[in-house]
Amino acid sequence: MANSVTDMAGDAPPAQPAPAKRAGRKLSPDVLGWLQAAPLSVVMIGFLLAPIVMIVIVSFWGATEFSIYPDFQLDNYAFLFGSEVTYRVFFATFKYAAITWALTLAIGFTVAYFLAFHVRSQTMQIALFLLCTIPFWTSNIIRMISWIPFLGRNGIANSTLIDWGLIDEPLEWLLYSDFSVILAFVHLYTLFMVVPIFNTMMRIDGSLLEAARDNGASGFQTLRHVILPLTKPGIMIGTIFVVTLVMGDFITVRFMSGSQRANVGRLISNDISLLQYPSAAATAVILLLTVLMVIGILLRFVNIRKEL
Amino acid sequence: MRTGYDLELVHLTKRYGDTVAVHDINHVFAPASYVCLLGPSGCGKSSTLRMIAGHESVSEGSILLDGTDVSGLSPAQRGTAMMFQNYALFPHLSVRDNVAFSQRMKGVDKATRHKKADEMLDLVQMSSFGDRLPAQLSGGQQQRVALARALITQPKVLLLDEPLSALDPFLRIQMRVELKRIQRELGIIFIHVTHGQDEALALADEVVVMNNAVIEQSGPPREVWGAPKTEFVARFMGGHNVISLNGHKVALRADEISLGEAGLPATVVAVEYQGATVALSARTEAGEEVFAVLPEDAFFKAPKSPGETVSLAWDEGRVHRLQA
Repeated sequence: MANSVTDMAGDAPPAQPAPAKRAGRKLSPDVLGWLQAAPLSVVMIGFLLAPIVMIVIVSFWGATEFSIYPDFQLDNYAFLFGSEVTYRVFFATFKYAAITWALTLAIGFTVAYFLAFHVRSQTMQIALFLLCTIPFWTSNIIRMISWIPFLGRNGIANSTLIDWGLIDEPLEWLLYSDFSVILAFVHLYTLFMVVPIFNTMMRIDGSLLEAARDNGASGFQTLRHVILPLTKPGIMIGTIFVVTLVMGDFITVRFMSGSQRANVGRLISNDISLLQYPSAAATAVILLLTVLMVIGILLRFVNIRKEL
Repeated sequence: MRTGYDLELVHLTKRYGDTVAVHDINHVFAPASYVCLLGPSGCGKSSTLRMIAGHESVSEGSILLDGTDVSGLSPAQRGTAMMFQNYALFPHLSVRDNVAFSQRMKGVDKATRHKKADEMLDLVQMSSFGDRLPAQLSGGQQQRVALARALITQPKVLLLDEPLSALDPFLRIQMRVELKRIQRELGIIFIHVTHGQDEALALADEVVVMNNAVIEQSGPPREVWGAPKTEFVARFMGGHNVISLNGHKVALRADEISLGEAGLPATVVAVEYQGATVALSARTEAGEEVFAVLPEDAFFKAPKSPGETVSLAWDEGRVHRLQA
């Protein structure tokens, strides 16, 4: 900084006394550091920290059928933890997250592996990678809703299966079921798994694979002992994406289950629609803590810092 | 310990589409020899090595190891092991596990493979580093680990792809002594790819000079350096002048030239003092540049400066006629 000040002064020869004055008012490195961090801090405080603090505060407020009032009471939490519904819904949320995670990981890893190690030309790699992103050109909700005519009782899937003679009656579990919810999740979020895994795989030095082969490793052994361990950070980043997205979701569950299934997100959204903000806030706080705990546990397993 | 394995390349050819990387080469590598494949980049030496290793398919011809054709076998089945240019150590495994990797792939139990790995680490003097990760080692140490990992498979032939190019000059000299020692101890064929002729001369029992996908010349280092057959070899090995005499191209060692009363007239272009010697370059009347390395005391008895005319003399018997 000191240099740039002198440089600026050098560019303006007539104003000779000015540089000395400026140098005299030079900011200390500490203050300068704080100033440099300030813009991002303001954004983070305003749009991340403040809302969370607000939610935490509101979660202690009281509510009646028609009003909410500032207070400090634990009623919301007591009700939440006292209700058997909470545990069922949290369990369902974990179930969705776990199944979606397993499927997106299996599909995402396979796709990334194919892109990174089987597609030789870089042009082709980029082309196929862009192909994967095409679903993201439309909105989440449209992608979700477009499953409904496909999976419905008289939808394309059922009528095709009946035409082929594979089934006699329409399959009821195709739509408005756990199956359709998870199908939509997998469809929506697999790319979040593909991208970080592909990214880490691309960084694996090709000579490592040759070295493995030279040491007698079969294709599967190379995958198991070389590629998989080296891809762990990517898997972990993808896992964090998918788990947080699924655990925080409410709209997919509502649409794809025809409002017959619940997760924590729907619990919150129902509370909000009934104007029970304190109760919604309490649930949100618990959900946030749960997700943070899950991420904390995940980070214990793998050091993702070197990937960032 | 000596093994009787020899390695033979028969009409070995490698094509990438229309370009020929290795063109119909034939060569026999003697048992227990240290061979350097020498040549400029793109001459086909690395492709040759990778074909022997099994990391590149053979377009035509065959590779015979101890009399059997191995060109269709996988790298691990052939009895060759490769040491990669950037070492290719597995970054997530400790030094010991890196060395024991091939044993693990074979399903050897942990105690046995770790014991064997430690023996190998002993051989390369890295036994105290077994628990470290590759990233915690210096370049020279990583190289030793890579060597141990290649040797644990008990190869009949060890293939080294420019193994010293990533090291600093001091370590390079230290490592090449080490490589030579280990090769003698094991008595197996080492094939070492390099583009540095000093490295090849220092290490090799046999130097194979390649250029444009073919072998230009092969033989003991003294023979290749002392009697280059072609202009390419003479120029690439260094220390030689290639000049035209009586319509033929001949090679003449720079240190065989003296400044005499009679001889080839030339004009001094540059003089460089090098300590024990003085390097003098001169231009002949035919416009050819001749490089002479003169003993310091002889030169300073009658010093020359650029622009002066000198007569270049040599012993007729030291002139090598080159193949066209």
